[in-house]
Amino acid sequence: MTTEHIARTVQFKIYRYDPDKDAAPYMQDISVQLEATDRKLLDAIVRLKTKDDSLSFRRSCREGVCGSDAMNINGKNGLACLTDVDSLAQPITLRPLPGLPVIRDLIVDMTQFFKQYHSIKPYVVNNTPPPERERLQSPEEREELNGLYECILCACCSTACPSFWWNPDKFVGPAGLLAAYRFIADTRDEETNERLDNLEDPYRLFRCHTIMNCVDVCPKSLNPTKAIGKIKELMLSRAV
Amino acid sequence: MKVAKRTFDAVIVGAGGAGMRAAVTLAESGLKTAVISKVFPTRSHTVAAQGGVSASLGNSEPDHWTWHMYDTVKGSDWLGDQDAIEFMCKQAPQVVVELEHYGMPFDRLDNGKIYQRPFGGHMSNFGEKPVRRACAAADRTGHAMLHALYQRNVRANTQFFVEWLALDLLRAPDGRVLGVLAMEMETGEITAFQAKATLFATGGAGRIYYSSTNAFVNTGDGVGMAARAGVPLEDMEFWQFHPTGVAGAGVLITEGVRGEGGILRNSDGERFMERYAPNAKDLASRDVVSRAMVTEINEGRGCGPNKDYVLLDITHLDPATIMQRLPGIHEIAIQFAGVDPIKAPIPVVPTCHYQMGGIPTNYHGEVVVDGASVAGFYAAGECACASVHGANRLGTNSLLDLLVFGKSSGESMVEFIRKEPAALQEIPQSEIDKSLARVDRLNTQTNGADVHETRLSMQRTMQNHAGVFRFKDMLQQGVDKILDIEKQVAQTEIKDKSQVWNTARIEALELDNLIEVAKATIISANARTESRGAHVRDDAPDTPEHPNGRDDANWLKHSLWHREGNRLDYKPVKLQPLTVESIALKTRAY
Repeated sequence: MTTEHIARTVQFKIYRYDPDKDAAPYMQDISVQLEATDRKLLDAIVRLKTKDDSLSFRRSCREGVCGSDAMNINGKNGLACLTDVDSLAQPITLRPLPGLPVIRDLIVDMTQFFKQYHSIKPYVVNNTPPPERERLQSPEEREELNGLYECILCACCSTACPSFWWNPDKFVGPAGLLAAYRFIADTRDEETNERLDNLEDPYRLFRCHTIMNCVDVCPKSLNPTKAIGKIKELMLSRAV
Repeated sequence: MKVAKRTFDAVIVGAGGAGMRAAVTLAESGLKTAVISKVFPTRSHTVAAQGGVSASLGNSEPDHWTWHMYDTVKGSDWLGDQDAIEFMCKQAPQVVVELEHYGMPFDRLDNGKIYQRPFGGHMSNFGEKPVRRACAAADRTGHAMLHALYQRNVRANTQFFVEWLALDLLRAPDGRVLGVLAMEMETGEITAFQAKATLFATGGAGRIYYSSTNAFVNTGDGVGMAARAGVPLEDMEFWQFHPTGVAGAGVLITEGVRGEGGILRNSDGERFMERYAPNAKDLASRDVVSRAMVTEINEGRGCGPNKDYVLLDITHLDPATIMQRLPGIHEIAIQFAGVDPIKAPIPVVPTCHYQMGGIPTNYHGEVVVDGASVAGFYAAGECACASVHGANRLGTNSLLDLLVFGKSSGESMVEFIRKEPAALQEIPQSEIDKSLARVDRLNTQTNGADVHETRLSMQRTMQNHAGVFRFKDMLQQGVDKILDIEKQVAQTEIKDKSQVWNTARIEALELDNLIEVAKATIISANARTESRGAHVRDDAPDTPEHPNGRDDANWLKHSLWHREGNRLDYKPVKLQPLTVESIALKTRAY
């Protein structure tokens, strides 16, 4: 039924940096004996932390819905809790998400990422006085939100995007743009035009060059590139 | 030592569903509100709720809040306060509709209304037959809700203090609550957050158990802080074991799976719930289903090489339905059970899931001690005990609890703050020093106990001594063990002394909170010598005199555990609702 694992030793190479004591970041070689029950990368680094309590990383739900434990795993962004540790080539190289300032070890400063998310007005705007009951929406209209609303704001996508690396202050990035389209696509939202105006800029939307790293790394199998394409289409049809 | 001070009208600790629903009310009323959270708001554990939020909208078939109320009282095994339960069930349609107006992406019916599914213990016409009451966004209802509430707070310009850990409650000599002390994780700096009104919305403490559906962050911080500040804890012996945690991993599989037609089977392939709950079957209350599963396993009808789990079978459902209504479960089964649920059943075991007890409040969210509200102190959500869940919570009533009591506490706080004088009382230095001492100890402790090992021994003790079935001898031994472990908790040692994002220190401080919850739980459980709801013990069996082992003559009352001296006292259950007739005591059967 469930895959059986055995106790085994796993080698790691981990980016370490504590500004309180380290002059510069370094890569630490470390190994850990895993228990049979340790299946995910998160299990392994939690186990590692019992050996060295100074290893710092974010984690919470351990089931891929809270978005805390995003990191760069053997060169690719992903969630530690959704990555099978035995699927990884050793030494398993862990680095903080690229492109954001490192606070400590695998913990990055996500201020810029959330600033971009906030910049797209991430809430339904509807100035019509609400009815006493729910606003109606057909199953087909609701279906339009699938693949958009599930985003967990883990930042795997935006920090895998070269356009975001170069212009994190100006380019909204895949996560923010996916959210922008989530509100555009919502039939209850009345501000499509304003939302498009808000993105009509050489950087905010149009820095996306469809490199598609975002699609490749999204741990929820979402497709920001497709959402960005839809926003671009809407802009085009509006201009005509 | 002097610490920096910030002042607000209101301080909310916790940015899950309850905290953020309260924050919407406070921020939209123009009051200066701070929300302190140890994780970014959308990472709070509300995010992991799956199946739905209950409200008698009646979108698919007739429903009524009085039926919802009946189910909730029955589900609570009559330990829930009927005034609070009436309040919650009556408010449910309104708070769910408000959430929809905030932008929550509920699934829809063909007529455009919110989709509702059946759930455990949800019945029409006072217990007659299952009813569709759980309002759902696929099987990601909590995620959709938490994001919608965060988004509404972005709109309301709520001020968040993200990745700050609240350390302790600050009280005046007269007992009034003045705010909290909190630590910024990034810098290790400690600040006093002073406010006219303080709300704890810190969630549960499922991490006192070894096997839990709960997130790492569910360490009962508010409950621990309240206990240290002299507030008793109510009904802490009642913990919900969710029937369907993934065997070995603990990850939750929503009851919505059974709502959509999923069936539990033993090693004979038998749908065993037909024997335990002939009417509701797989949709009986969670405590009933969990006990049935453990009984099957104990009697040798478990599955797998060690016969230690049962199977949740949805292979008979249309794959299209699974992908539309249960996409998250499909993903979880593949990720954590290694099975594609379209093709094979999922191995599941009862897993610690929810804390029914907590900080005692009334339905206004005011913390109540000795029959009186504590000035300036509020609690809502899983950390609070209103008490609407009593001895067993119905599925989907947790998300409802967050909305209803998040809102009502927010409203109570607005009213309280507006009546308060502008000037704030001085925070006694002794209050600050007491809390700083906990942090300082960790900076200097040597030859101490390992945090991980100590936490693990607490978790294993709770798992073995206060699980689905409880035994007189084991409970008593469990009390002794936990009190022993408490001594180690007071001497934990961390190697990491950095001021920057010191997660070792955070885990040690969290353990201070967990141990309070563990003590409250096992001491209250040891004392309650009846079986009721989720608390079932071998020396209180099912007899004609005491059906299901329940003893109303002696135990129809709420436990209150006081940290000082581990003292217990009790208060009566409120059997009188607000406007309708009391739901009379009855033997619980499904």
